[in-house]
Amino acid sequence: MRHLLSTAELSYGEAVQILDTADQMAAVSSRSVKKLPALRGRTVVNLFFEDSTRTRISFETAAKRLSADVINFSAKGSSVSKGESLKDTAQTLMAMSADAVVIRHASSGAPQQLADSGWIDAAVVNAGDGKHAHPTQALLDAMTLRQVRSRRTGTPTTGMDLDGMHVVVVGDVLHSRVARSNVWLLTALGARVTLVAPPTLLPVAMDDWPCEVSYDLDAVLAEAPDAVMMLRLQRERMNAAFFPSEAEYTRGWGLTSQRVQRLEALGAPTVFMHPGPMNRGLEISSEAADSERSTVLEQVSNGVSVRMAVLFQLLSGDESTPYPSEN
Amino acid sequence: MSSYLISSARPEGGEPADILVTDGVIASVGAPGTLEAPEGTETVDAAGAVALPGLVDMHTHLREPGHEDAETVETGTRAAAKGGFTAVFAMANSHPVADTAGVVEQVWRLGRDAGWADVHPVGAVTVGLEGTQLSELRAMAESRASVRMFSDDGKCVHDPLLMRRALEYVKSFGGIIAQHAQEPRLTQDAQMNEGTVSADLGLTGWPAVAEEAIIARDVLLTQHVDSRLHVCHVSTAGSVEIVRWAKERGVVVTAEVTPHHLLLTDELVRTFDPVYKVNPPLRTDEDVRALRRAVAEGVIDVVGTDHAPHPAEDKECEWSCAAHGMTGLETALAVVQQTLVDTGLMGWERVAQIMSHRPAEILGLSDQGQKLEPGAPANIVLWNPEGSTTVDPASHVSKGRNSPYRGMNLPGAVRATFYRGHPVVLDGELTTPLAR
Repeated sequence: MRHLLSTAELSYGEAVQILDTADQMAAVSSRSVKKLPALRGRTVVNLFFEDSTRTRISFETAAKRLSADVINFSAKGSSVSKGESLKDTAQTLMAMSADAVVIRHASSGAPQQLADSGWIDAAVVNAGDGKHAHPTQALLDAMTLRQVRSRRTGTPTTGMDLDGMHVVVVGDVLHSRVARSNVWLLTALGARVTLVAPPTLLPVAMDDWPCEVSYDLDAVLAEAPDAVMMLRLQRERMNAAFFPSEAEYTRGWGLTSQRVQRLEALGAPTVFMHPGPMNRGLEISSEAADSERSTVLEQVSNGVSVRMAVLFQLLSGDESTPYPSEN
Repeated sequence: MSSYLISSARPEGGEPADILVTDGVIASVGAPGTLEAPEGTETVDAAGAVALPGLVDMHTHLREPGHEDAETVETGTRAAAKGGFTAVFAMANSHPVADTAGVVEQVWRLGRDAGWADVHPVGAVTVGLEGTQLSELRAMAESRASVRMFSDDGKCVHDPLLMRRALEYVKSFGGIIAQHAQEPRLTQDAQMNEGTVSADLGLTGWPAVAEEAIIARDVLLTQHVDSRLHVCHVSTAGSVEIVRWAKERGVVVTAEVTPHHLLLTDELVRTFDPVYKVNPPLRTDEDVRALRRAVAEGVIDVVGTDHAPHPAEDKECEWSCAAHGMTGLETALAVVQQTLVDTGLMGWERVAQIMSHRPAEILGLSDQGQKLEPGAPANIVLWNPEGSTTVDPASHVSKGRNSPYRGMNLPGAVRATFYRGHPVVLDGELTTPLAR
């Protein structure tokens, strides 16, 4: 693996290996000295063209726990119209000898352009590009789902996939890089994925997506899925006529307390996932967000582990173990 | 003026013949070796080459005035000559916009001074291409540029009432409205064709219906006011069906397709390389096949390049920031050969039709697009259909390096271009412009 640009290009084996490594990284984070020397002397640049404090902090923590030097480069605004171009920014970073560039950008495809352009020779990690992909988010979701399965079955997560798990992704699929990345990764790992959204918030042509699509959240929840992942809804979508009102959206596609109660009554095993930040009362009720079924905080801590695993695999050149040799 | 004997060319792909060019006019055409040439005649060996009437491009962006970093009339018409074109129509989205007699006369004069090809300015339908107020269309028609085609190309005349008025108004001087069919609300922030690829890539879609809805409306308006409509760069299978339906009903509508829409599909956008960003966007394989058939069947009348050069910085950036458009003048005939001739859909006679006779006829040009017969102005391209070349944009004479065919192998090559009897291209290289 040279770059991590999207989950569509990850093989089953690569995905499981990243997740196994992430589990080992999680063990590091639970120790009192939360640091490995693995990337000492390496430089990781967080190149954020779009604000995202959470994701940046997560990557920064991951890199630091691996002893890498971290440079945060926040370049708000896009090229051409405002200031320096992506090309010049990238070449500037290369002149500073970055080993990896973690890029977040509002324009779909910017990380791939960076990787393919020949402007730089650093490893590129996509930290979210437009509506295209957010591979580390999908990996942390998969890591969380493995833990859910492990708790239920009592088997360790190592080498585990998601075969047979039913994951429901609900909300603004059209504008969601999280949904796109999860569809490819979770299905590659054997899960059954159902997307639920109002038709206005689904792409018109999803023929090649390996998932099911429904407009009816209650019907899908009645199947007692293993997990429901609620996507963040941008409130301004209402103004572009994607849905008539927030209240109507919540009634149709929100994880309301009534829906939580129905799952309880069913005895469903369903966990509640959310990539954050949550719009409480819109796509997810507080009852759901704060329930024991919620994995939201696990997802956050798994984010650090997954990002450690990705940086480690891209930069160490060693895909076996993150631990330094004993002798 | 001097004389040239073009020997053993195949006029429109027919039997080899010699063509004698004297004083800017085709003096005679006859079996090889039978023509009597005056003393001092230069012989141009055209054995194996197809002779076509000089190509006429209804859709070129020459960028001058205002965007001389992208292209100038001089460089754009050099590119035209190199590609076998002897006349180009320069779209109005310059800066200032070509919405007054002053600007169209300036472009016309720049073309004349350059001397590589006829330059016919296209006038803007609305002031500043803003879609709110009609430009002084009649003043442009009566200017020295004699504008007959009006277009807000790059933008759609989306207001139905304004479109109706424009169609009506140009009737008084035999004008034609060339529409860039794009419903603006349906294409807000649109980045690429809406379909499976846009769904995967998370780029905002430009749906086919946004083009088709406007074409449907416009053919009905054209029929209602009994005017003439030209549809620029038709890009979808659905648009073809609407144009076909309109023609069957007797609507005076003509349609154009670009070379890139005949060859490339939106699968290329998966690279996120903005060289593939164009408006209307690259569509699907099904659309490409429908467009090729439509040209073969005559539903689509002409191939227009939509040559749209951009400086490197407008393409070496994020997809959503990049400018729309691709260069095309120097590759058009090669793409037409590959997609329409080598596929068996048409012969060279039909190529002459769609790239020269028909556009000249639509625009009422008397000195372009004529059969290669004695008395016709000597606008001739000699095309060598054998062999192929790997496209290297750095070798193009256009200022634009944004060729989507970069690295592709395309058939054929221009051997010579005669513009009003003067060889502006010989042995595939530019020579000198026409002196006036």
